[in-house]
Amino acid sequence: MVKLLSSVLAVVLLAGCASQPQTLYSEMGGEAKVTEIVNNFVTEVEQEPVILAYFEGSDIDRFIAKFEEQICMVSGGGCQYTGDTMEQVHGGMNISEKDFNLTVDLLINAMDKANVPHPLQNRLLNKLAPMRSQMLYR
Amino acid sequence: MTLFQRVLLVIAFTAALPVSAGSGKLIGTAGLNQLEGAGGGGIVPWATLSGYDSDSEVSVNAFLTRVNLDDYRLQVAGASVSLYDRVEVSVARQTFDLTTLGGDISQNIYGAKVRLWGDVVYSAMPQISAGVQFKDLQDEAIANALGSADTSGTDYYVSATKVHLGAVAGYNLVWNLTARMTNANQMGLLGFGQTSDDDYEVMLEGSVGVLLNRNVAVGAEYRQKPDNLGLGEEDWWDVFVTYIPSKSFNVTLAWAELGSIAGAPDQNGIYLSLGGQLW
Repeated sequence: MVKLLSSVLAVVLLAGCASQPQTLYSEMGGEAKVTEIVNNFVTEVEQEPVILAYFEGSDIDRFIAKFEEQICMVSGGGCQYTGDTMEQVHGGMNISEKDFNLTVDLLINAMDKANVPHPLQNRLLNKLAPMRSQMLYR
Repeated sequence: MTLFQRVLLVIAFTAALPVSAGSGKLIGTAGLNQLEGAGGGGIVPWATLSGYDSDSEVSVNAFLTRVNLDDYRLQVAGASVSLYDRVEVSVARQTFDLTTLGGDISQNIYGAKVRLWGDVVYSAMPQISAGVQFKDLQDEAIANALGSADTSGTDYYVSATKVHLGAVAGYNLVWNLTARMTNANQMGLLGFGQTSDDDYEVMLEGSVGVLLNRNVAVGAEYRQKPDNLGLGEEDWWDVFVTYIPSKSFNVTLAWAELGSIAGAPDQNGIYLSLGGQLW
């Protein structure tokens, strides 16, 4: 059984390394797709009062531009993020785990509605996930 | 009121706490309830707690599981409460039908688990939890006849669980490793220890799975077992597919190979489990 498990694991790990010829950014569909994801995300936020409250008084056009830049950067699109640090942006918001996770669900909805394939969604989430600790309870 | 009823009551009252119901985890990352009631996979307890609660929420879960083997049928009904993604309390009633020989064996299991470190998705290192399972056999005759030392016992375990986002060609990978100190014979259904030796041993258990999308997971599990009674008790393993249409419902179908049980060899069969978050 251990042998079976390890061979399953080996196949699984090999598949993971198989092929990554282009950047996640270009696989997703580049600038147009990132813009679509971010626009969908803003629409999702507008329909979710709990999360919308966090955006009160913020410059939504600036948010869109900076979030696009950030997604472009973490997905290997070659952009430079020029916005404030995650700590600065989320300072004073005291974001809970619950609301953070709700926001992740909204981002997943936004990617679903932009027809981003499931594996690419996960890879983008993986790039964004390390920022969570810079956003929670600030 | 029996201990079993008391624990059930505590779980029921949790839903009346003035906090919101659990929703604060990604779908599919809360896991299931395993055969002994703990949050986990199917046969292995995991470091994850059994619900979608975050640090400001509570959740209540219930499950029904049936394993149809060649000579036996195991039925489990249970419930668990998870508090603030920190502490889990569970109760399970196992009924082991001896379909070939006739008769049945019941066992109550009370579990508690504490998340010690990490977040299964977001921390770089795995989530680590420690738990106990107190097992109280209701039908003692067979355990005594087979030479078990005790008809109740406690397992202690430590688990590490991790979800790797997009790790397998973009699909999410989950793995779990559990070390359990136990002297239970067939989970306790055949008693604990052996008359001349009721020492604990450390057993290793593991799970690996891939989430094919947000709602379907496939994988395999392995559980090492002691052979205290000299009846040729064997390690368990299974392969499973789980469908999680929403945070409030999950269904798991598995093929389980449970080896020799009380002298009857090659006990294999279908494992079916229905579970979900009530609150």
